Amino acid sequence: MIELMPAEGVFSLIWLLIALPLFGAAVLLLGGRRTNSWGPYLGVLTVVGSAVLAVLMLVAMMGHPAEERSVGQSLFTWVFADGFQADMAFQLDQLSMVFVLLITIVGSLIHIYSIGYMSHDADKRKFFGYLNLFVAAMLLLVLANNYLLLYVGWEGVGLASYLLIGFWQIKPTAAAAAKKAFIINRVGDVGLSLAIMVMFVTFGSVSFSDVFGQAAEASEGTLTAIGLLLLLAACGKSAQFPLQAWLLDAMEGPTPVSALIHAATMVTAGVYLIVRSNAVFDRAVWAAGAVVLIGLITIFMGAIIGSAKDDIKKSLAGSTMSQIGYMIFAAGLGPIGYVFAIFHLLTHGVFKAGLFLGAGSVMHGMKDNVNMRRYGALRGLMIITFVTFMAGYLAIMGIPPFAGFWSKDEIIHAAFERSWVIGAAAILGAGITGFYMTRMIAMTFFGKARWEDDVHPHESPAVMTIPLVILAIGSTFLGMALLFWGNIETWLEPVVGFASNPTQLSSTTLMAITLVVVLIGAFIGWRQYGAKPVPVDAPSGNWLTRAARRDLYGDLVNEVVVVRPSFTLARWLTWFDSSWIDGFVNGSAAFVGGASGRLRRTQSGFARSYALSMLGGAVLIVAALVLVRLS
Amino acid sequence: MTEVNLGEEIVFWFSGGLAVLGALGLILSRKAVHSALWVALTMINLAVLYVANSAPFLGMVQVVVYTGAVMMLFLFVLMVVGVDSSDSLIETLKGQRLVAIVLAVGLAILLVAGIGAGLTDVVPVGLDEANGVDGGNVQGIARLLFTDYLVAFEVTSALLITAALGAMVLAHRERWLPRASQEELSKARFIGAGHPGNLPSSGTYARHNAVDTPALLPDGSPSAQSIPGPLVARGDVRPVDHHEVEQIESLGGGSK
Amino acid sequence: MNPANYIILSAILFSLGAIGVLVRRNAIIVFMSVELMLNAANLAFVAFARMNGNLDGQVAAFFVMVVAAAEVVVGLAIIVTIFRSRRSASIDEPNLLKY
Repeated sequence: MIELMPAEGVFSLIWLLIALPLFGAAVLLLGGRRTNSWGPYLGVLTVVGSAVLAVLMLVAMMGHPAEERSVGQSLFTWVFADGFQADMAFQLDQLSMVFVLLITIVGSLIHIYSIGYMSHDADKRKFFGYLNLFVAAMLLLVLANNYLLLYVGWEGVGLASYLLIGFWQIKPTAAAAAKKAFIINRVGDVGLSLAIMVMFVTFGSVSFSDVFGQAAEASEGTLTAIGLLLLLAACGKSAQFPLQAWLLDAMEGPTPVSALIHAATMVTAGVYLIVRSNAVFDRAVWAAGAVVLIGLITIFMGAIIGSAKDDIKKSLAGSTMSQIGYMIFAAGLGPIGYVFAIFHLLTHGVFKAGLFLGAGSVMHGMKDNVNMRRYGALRGLMIITFVTFMAGYLAIMGIPPFAGFWSKDEIIHAAFERSWVIGAAAILGAGITGFYMTRMIAMTFFGKARWEDDVHPHESPAVMTIPLVILAIGSTFLGMALLFWGNIETWLEPVVGFASNPTQLSSTTLMAITLVVVLIGAFIGWRQYGAKPVPVDAPSGNWLTRAARRDLYGDLVNEVVVVRPSFTLARWLTWFDSSWIDGFVNGSAAFVGGASGRLRRTQSGFARSYALSMLGGAVLIVAALVLVRLS
Repeated sequence: MTEVNLGEEIVFWFSGGLAVLGALGLILSRKAVHSALWVALTMINLAVLYVANSAPFLGMVQVVVYTGAVMMLFLFVLMVVGVDSSDSLIETLKGQRLVAIVLAVGLAILLVAGIGAGLTDVVPVGLDEANGVDGGNVQGIARLLFTDYLVAFEVTSALLITAALGAMVLAHRERWLPRASQEELSKARFIGAGHPGNLPSSGTYARHNAVDTPALLPDGSPSAQSIPGPLVARGDVRPVDHHEVEQIESLGGGSK
Repeated sequence: MNPANYIILSAILFSLGAIGVLVRRNAIIVFMSVELMLNAANLAFVAFARMNGNLDGQVAAFFVMVVAAAEVVVGLAIIVTIFRSRRSASIDEPNLLKY
């Protein structure tokens, strides 16, 4: 259990981290067209301000000894009902600190990039407003000190994601993709709400300190239930199986959105949730096992789908799905894996954002064409983009000394600490990663030019390339920095715990095996797409390719399992409502009408008939009285 | 009287029977005036029964008020409405007669059964003592009326005044036009059709001046105008006696 | 003889009056039937007064007579008024409350 220090000094401004982008969002969205000219710059400034603040807080935190690094700040009591209380309070500990840094720094770079990318868009003020809203909600998510406030941030990022995926509302595909993302997210959100309810019932409170402090006293069944519900929530937000169908459609949004939300930050919220709730998962073995299984399935699903997509963004999305699968997988391994899940999350955030922004830069030069079969031989024309993209490519492949090597290898090592079967599966996943990433760069930057007629590829302006360069530097050095310059393991250990099991093979051997498998994958990819000319029209491919092109039938499954039964149910309910319920209501009205129509005939107008009924009534009363007397 | 002696029993059966007879006459008579007379019979007999039950005051009041005032009032109104107004025997409402008889008979049976069952072993206390308290039935009723039931008494008197006023208001005929003067009536008689002068009287050489004896026109035929309408409608016109006509002719010396 | 015989007579007269009200069509005969019913009630009152030994029943019968008289006055005035405008004394005539 971590003890929270009071918020003093620079930490008294924790609330400002969230308030700045929130203010920016409010001004931009409520201010309207008046803010069109200077709005985007305000949007950039607020996030940069939060980033600067975060760095200051990091410095201050590093100055404290390890036990005193967790800071709590309570603003006010938000919910106070009899028996339940939730505060608007923040918890800035080592885990949330790294997230805050990732969100604000990568967010700032993407905001700057968007100035150039969205410069021709008429609605760019709204875009920056939504982006700021997203940053504010994500920061709230990672800074909350209780699950209810976390849920607010959770919902907020879902909303921002919906608004940004469907930013170009006029495109029906974009609007449909936004709806799909929101609805599938909602299924996961049900898991989180139910988990919060179970927590309330079990512990009487939903704040982290109460839940984690009392977790030891709850039954394993309850903790397993909470764990599985949290896993459901994580699957929704992080696009894991079975709620993964929305991530590829989310590429309909502008590329900065894909970079920020669907690569670096929002989709990692699920990992944050699981790692933050480590006290629950440590004690619920079955839930942790389910997490590992889901992560493993998604690693392969994402990799296979990414290998068959011709759309560069969708291929990267498949890759994101797979890499987050690695993180979830590592988080499910328990204390041996939490640290590495976060480590990989940070490095992935940097290099995947760089890859996405690079893809955006390529698209910018290729007149917004996303089909990789129409790229080719771009390395000479978009040099900065090419170099930065290669940096990201080497990082994701896991080539030393780039960032991804360190994080991914630690995950594989942790997998082997558990069992060699899942370790082997993790290595295989890395191999497929090598395959599809090599395919991507081979189709994009190498080979022959397969451009369309009116396309003149050119490098992007500086406002777009500078963030690329910064992210490339991060992709190169971040891994080493987090391991050797500041040790991520000892940094996170007070929050999540860290353990280490011995493995049969030494870590060096594992590294070597992994590297070999990755290079084999890369070689296969190069031979298929680099050495041979790439056909402009996609060939039909074998059954696996066809299945992967259709997202491994994810949409079909959703359609059959969920959508069609829902429609059938809705149709049946409509029929039931109109025939039975309306029938009942109309029938009772008709009955009353008919009965009154019959009854009014008793009004004959003749006084003698009325007198007769009076006598009848009198006889009845007398009879009743006499019978009561006699009995 | 606490016990019912033989005399009272005879009076009961006699008066009671007549009362029932009167009631049956009421509901079965064709002519309304006959019904009124039957009702009067019932009421007289009820007065007798009241006296038999040690209620002499009430019996006298029954005769004076009910039989005297109320029934006379009924007869007056009958005259106004039309003495010959009678019901046809055909019932226009379906099932009314049958259901009415069934219900009323049922009611009678219920009442008889209910009350009879409750009164089988009751010994009547009798009113000797109650009547003797104040020195008589009238005094006893007067005491109750002016002490225990004073409010009801006063209210009932107000009711009577209201009823009288109400009857006056209802029966009042509002004159919409000014009363026609004699001149106007005379003018109307001469302008319009019909007889302008007096209606014929019995006639010269008349032997009778009864209302139902028609006056004779110069040719010896009876004048229809000289008999009131209702008598003609009833067919109560005295036929012309031709002997008398011949006598008159002989008196007049044959001039016609 | 059982003093309850008076009550039985009263019940019979009451029922006959009820039949008269329901069966006859002339308004004045209906009215007379109502008077018959009231008289039957009066007889019951007087008989019970004798059975109970106090004069309250007779006082009640007295009041019934007074009220009945007042009712006859007003009722006949109404019949006369209706007869003046409608020239008919049948109680089946006014049936404007018909559906």
